[in-house]
Amino acid sequence: MSAVNFDNVTCPQPLRDYPQVVLGHGGGGQLSAELIEHLFVPAFRNPALEALGDAAIVPPPAGRLALTTDAYVVRPLFFPGGSIGELAVNGTVNDLAVSGAEPLYLTASFILEEGFPLADLQQIVERMAAAAVHAGVRIVTGDTKVVERGHGDGCFITTAGVGWVPPGRTLGPEQIRPGDAVLVSGPMGNHGIAILSVREGLEFETVIPSDTAALNGLIAHMLAVCPDIRVMRDPTRGGLAASLNEFARHSGWGIEIHDNRIPVEEPVRAACDLLGLDPLLVANEGKVVAIVPAPAADGLITAMQQHPLGQQAAIIGQVTEQHPKRVVARTPIGGSRIITLPMGEQLPRIC
Amino acid sequence: MKYLSEFRNGELARQLAAEIRSIITRPWAIMEVCGGQTHSILRNGIDQLLPPEVELIHGPGCPVCVTPVELIDKALAIAAIPDVIFCSFGDMLRVPGSSGDLFTVKSRGGDVRIVYSPLDAIQLAKTHPTRPVVFFGIGFETTAPANAMAIHQAWRLGLTNFSVLVSHVLVPPAIDAIMRSPTNRVQAFLAAGHVCSVMGYHQYVPLAERHRVPIVVTGFEPLDILDGIRRAVRQLEAGIHTVENAYPRVVTREGNQAAQAMLAEVFEETDRTWRGIGVIPQSGWKLRDKYWDFDAERRFPVAGIRSQESPRCRSGEVLQGTLKPHQCDAFGTACTPRTPLGATMVSNEGACAAYYNYGRLLDLGTERTACRL
Repeated sequence: MSAVNFDNVTCPQPLRDYPQVVLGHGGGGQLSAELIEHLFVPAFRNPALEALGDAAIVPPPAGRLALTTDAYVVRPLFFPGGSIGELAVNGTVNDLAVSGAEPLYLTASFILEEGFPLADLQQIVERMAAAAVHAGVRIVTGDTKVVERGHGDGCFITTAGVGWVPPGRTLGPEQIRPGDAVLVSGPMGNHGIAILSVREGLEFETVIPSDTAALNGLIAHMLAVCPDIRVMRDPTRGGLAASLNEFARHSGWGIEIHDNRIPVEEPVRAACDLLGLDPLLVANEGKVVAIVPAPAADGLITAMQQHPLGQQAAIIGQVTEQHPKRVVARTPIGGSRIITLPMGEQLPRIC
Repeated sequence: MKYLSEFRNGELARQLAAEIRSIITRPWAIMEVCGGQTHSILRNGIDQLLPPEVELIHGPGCPVCVTPVELIDKALAIAAIPDVIFCSFGDMLRVPGSSGDLFTVKSRGGDVRIVYSPLDAIQLAKTHPTRPVVFFGIGFETTAPANAMAIHQAWRLGLTNFSVLVSHVLVPPAIDAIMRSPTNRVQAFLAAGHVCSVMGYHQYVPLAERHRVPIVVTGFEPLDILDGIRRAVRQLEAGIHTVENAYPRVVTREGNQAAQAMLAEVFEETDRTWRGIGVIPQSGWKLRDKYWDFDAERRFPVAGIRSQESPRCRSGEVLQGTLKPHQCDAFGTACTPRTPLGATMVSNEGACAAYYNYGRLLDLGTERTACRL
């Protein structure tokens, strides 16, 4: 009887073959390592990540840093025009960009629910990678945890971002002056309605895609044309109404907008009318609202319209000494109303 | 989709307002019955275009607002039962019962879901055959046909796990009750266009006759509402009182007969309590005997629930048009959309919420300026 040769015997490790996330994927052992090696690293490939240290080591840019973080919990994970993957990259990139920073690095934390299909995770990660390439940022470090089935909603992602703020750039609501122009980069409400349109029980004839996009390219273009931009926001949750109210409250001035100058696509407007929602309160994921000195506004709009993400840019109103700290909309028929902050989520009405 | 912009044309709106100014000679109080109209009036600033002689009184036509607190308490109790899937239209979730709202129940683990149609609730009942699925079937004649259809479908499918908490209310008895009230100030009505699209407007002819009151079937866009007001003023100035249809692109005299047949199949008239107003005879619908099995009030032990409204809430006076929202002491202070004392501060279509959200709390100098910025 010959001795058994153990050299070629390995413990069966069909780990990559699991069709779903199992608890071990977050356990810090081989399964975790496989996930990193076969999924995250190939997708996000860059030197800082590939060192696989406990922290990514990157050279510091000169000047000031901008830091931001955001958690993404969208449902459904895939929707017309995007997925949680694009949102997790673009949303954090946009938070940096509207602060006047040039986005450099992102981190990504995944909270996965046991049983989540690995094919879906793969798709999300690939979409994140593509979004990062498109935005010109690197995902340099990350983390994965797995929670038991029933303790999560498939996949949550938290990204943090680091950006570089060029010397002399100071954006903020305190820069706002009466007479300044208020402008938006495009139609309002597409993301919120895109999500609603694919939630349970709501079927629209028209597909309304989310507007998710990285705004750093457009914003760099805007700042090159008009370095005196006072302040910018990406009107996500709470919509344009929340951003404008923040500007008014923090600057102490009033803001007046004109309902009929605010771009809203017809299908979005129709969906809002049907459901009793106000497009000004609906989330966007690829739009910027900016306050700029009035003399620069027309030139800036023309420049924005040359950019693919700013083709429908429009001046929608102005800053005023009237009604301090309040946002007022002039209606097409000649009336006016105050735009308040939404209470919480907008609720579709009965009839 | 063009129907939207066409009926929001600023130039035509100003022309209609000018015409109203040219024909009016004295003050008139006109009630828009429907909360959707109230919402549109305040959102678009239609009231700001009108001459001071026109007083708009905001009527009780908001389903969320008039649903009695007792029924909301029953909904809360049913939704809190383990295993129940409780389905509701979105704007009912924030309406306060005696303690908390449906959001509170949801945060404590209740399975409360927003649906856009009662047929979605039927679908849920089919996909969860072992769990009781309850639909909160409230609203006026507008939502009732779809609810009737859902109940009829459940009956046809033999769904044993589906039931409806029904509290449908009807517009004509409410108009009648308002006109009979000794404190009534309403001189003309803008009837709710969408209710009439289902029921037609023939029901309003005897009301106009009995109370000698003009009734104009009116839509919801700015031009619709201004046209409705113009026709009401014209009748008032001429001393006539007929039913006029200012919404012919949607409403016919006889209404939607298929919907009416479904309603008659499933529902029968009953006395209903209106939140803030009280009982109005024969002002609602309940399930016919044939469909008793689908009555959530019979299926779940909620018959003993008896509730009283907050004594501080004066929404009853608001809903009857004898008090403007901002004239209430609690308005904007003890009562806001964040801490509503009553339903009129909750719903999109509630008069108090509309006043609050569109900034009608500024400049509370006189009643007129209260409605202007």
